[in-house]
Amino acid sequence: MVHKKVGTLAVVAALLLSTSAIAQDKRVVTWNADYDPIPLAAAEAMIADFEAANPEIDIQLTNFDHEAYKNAIRNFLTADAPDLANWYAANRMRPFVEAGLFADISDVWAANGLNESLASSVPSSTIDGKQYAIPYTYYQWGIYYNRDAYAAAGVELPGAEGVTWDQFLANCEKFKAASIDCVTTGSSALWPVAGIFDYLSLRTNGYQFHSDLAAGKISWTSPEARAVFENFGKLQPFVTENHAAIDWQDAAAIFVQDKAAHYVMGNFAVGVFKEGGMTNDNLGFMVFPEITPGVARAEEAPTDTIHLTSGAKNPEDAKAFLAYMASAEAQSKWNTAVGQLPTNKNATVPADDPFLTAGFQALSTATGGIAQFWDRDADAEYAKAGMEGFQRFLVQPEALEEILAQLEATRTRLFPQ
Amino acid sequence: MAQATGISAAPSARRWNQRTLAPWLFMAPGLFMFTVYVLWPIIQSVTLSFYDWNGLYNQNGEFTGTFVGIRNYAELMTDPAFETSLWNNFYWLALYLLALPAGLFIAIFLNQTVTGIRLYKSLFFFPFVISQVVVGLIFAWFYAPNFGLFYLLTEAITGKGTAILADPDLVTFGIIAAGLWPQIAYVMILYLTGLNNVAPDQIEAARLDGAKGWRMLWYVVLPQLRPATFIAVIVTVIGALRSFDLVSIMTNGGPFGSSRVLSYYMFEMALGEFGFRMGYGAAIAVVLFAIMMIFISGFIWKMWRDETER
Repeated sequence: MVHKKVGTLAVVAALLLSTSAIAQDKRVVTWNADYDPIPLAAAEAMIADFEAANPEIDIQLTNFDHEAYKNAIRNFLTADAPDLANWYAANRMRPFVEAGLFADISDVWAANGLNESLASSVPSSTIDGKQYAIPYTYYQWGIYYNRDAYAAAGVELPGAEGVTWDQFLANCEKFKAASIDCVTTGSSALWPVAGIFDYLSLRTNGYQFHSDLAAGKISWTSPEARAVFENFGKLQPFVTENHAAIDWQDAAAIFVQDKAAHYVMGNFAVGVFKEGGMTNDNLGFMVFPEITPGVARAEEAPTDTIHLTSGAKNPEDAKAFLAYMASAEAQSKWNTAVGQLPTNKNATVPADDPFLTAGFQALSTATGGIAQFWDRDADAEYAKAGMEGFQRFLVQPEALEEILAQLEATRTRLFPQ
Repeated sequence: MAQATGISAAPSARRWNQRTLAPWLFMAPGLFMFTVYVLWPIIQSVTLSFYDWNGLYNQNGEFTGTFVGIRNYAELMTDPAFETSLWNNFYWLALYLLALPAGLFIAIFLNQTVTGIRLYKSLFFFPFVISQVVVGLIFAWFYAPNFGLFYLLTEAITGKGTAILADPDLVTFGIIAAGLWPQIAYVMILYLTGLNNVAPDQIEAARLDGAKGWRMLWYVVLPQLRPATFIAVIVTVIGALRSFDLVSIMTNGGPFGSSRVLSYYMFEMALGEFGFRMGYGAAIAVVLFAIMMIFISGFIWKMWRDETER
């Protein structure tokens, strides 16, 4: 038996030797990611740059299907951890941090002055005072509008500062009269309605309230929460009917075909709108209108992150790569290629993309704060219960009391007082 | 094996071997599979249902769950989503049984000798051949708001289109209708083979005695179809209880969870994007298992009775 074991060991050792021989004695850093084709190409370009600067390091990226990754990460972090793994900031990374699967990289933050250069992302990368993530990209949410629909309904286009809430609702009346959906969405996957709710909540009561609501600190039956739903109720009649049965891409089709005027979405949707035939001439972007006067404007900008795993075999070189990903130079390059915004404040944004510059402008002047998005700010189970409540309210506004009671019951169960 | 080991032993020991050992040896592979793939998972699920666990092991490979006793089950009792799922499962069960009369009707209708009947039979059987995922997609498009055929039909008739999958009160019935389509084909094929075995002399005798129409069907044909009916009931009941793929493809349980069934709710809670409550999912699985056991024991009891009566 002993001999047999020695034999297998020898074979394994030989295999390991042969693979490292193929890698030409470079120090390997493994990285698991879930990129679509365009981000993948951008990431590969970044790896090439990094390897050119550090010839002794070999970054090996394994790309997963986006949806499959969500399950795969739970297995590979324990079974066969890579050095680096893609994931999301804020509450979405909490289970992995609490299970000790993501490593503390506060030293990378401190050594590279990231608390300064990534200032806007410090809260979403921090759990219990330690940093566990390198945020390298985010994108703004807001209202995309269709100028052709405005023309068809004879509504005046919003100015650079957007419109007021009352003006927005008044416009919705006009769109309705012209049989155009004022706001479209496709909520079969639930999350698109959370975007609308988040903005209503941020604009009605401000960032702190919204953050506390997502953290389960505020009662759903409180007057403040009711005020959010009251504004939601004002918008409800103008939202595309049957949104519960369609995907967000189906709703994008409605928007592109001039059958809807506004779409509350993230900047990633611009690509879909343009594939549908829209151009910078008839597609516009504005921030969500102010509702309660004087509330500091907060925006939504979900952040994507890279993490060092606790099972990393080569943490030193992995940290070097993380520092590179946090740098202004790397972020400018990656985000320009992908069409998103860099989190590093010293990075540059392509000036010829009106949506990126508008988004950069909106986020850098958001004095209220930057929210991550409902399903990242709130605990997973709480997020799901909330989104079902929001969707139900949009379908059955008359069931408000029941919805609030159910959400409140979920809250008291998940966050015992 | 029994012979080889028993050659030198006394005759009685050899008989003991043959009578006692041999059956176990023959059953061993099956028992092994059954233990590993059926019994062990059941025990594991039941155990897991008493824990609160997010599905993660820590870095050292240690289980991170905590024992919570029957708290998962207590939560199920007050969970409105669980109640919805249970009701929906009931609707599935009740309406899925419509596949029996419908399948029988089509089988009798097709049980004739006309040129090209084989082609008609295969066309009717077609829905069962295509994958449930495809059935789900076809029906999702059929119901789709704005461009689906069903939506356009209702719009033409009533002036206002009905988007079944967006309506919390209708969505489950829309999905059941999609599920019935292949299920009827399945039941039909069971009855068609059953009809082949109906004794022609009995039909002849009944006809001489003046039976026809409903009486012929009820008193002469149906009793002879009992084995086919039995199998059809089993596959339909089990098919209704394990309905998952159509719900997953057509609505993901939505809108706001109105079309969930127990198996989908279990998946959502245990493996869905916002779930990873393994213990709670396991508790739902145990409840579904208990419901299935009621039917399965009934079927086994009936089969056992039939065999001992013979």
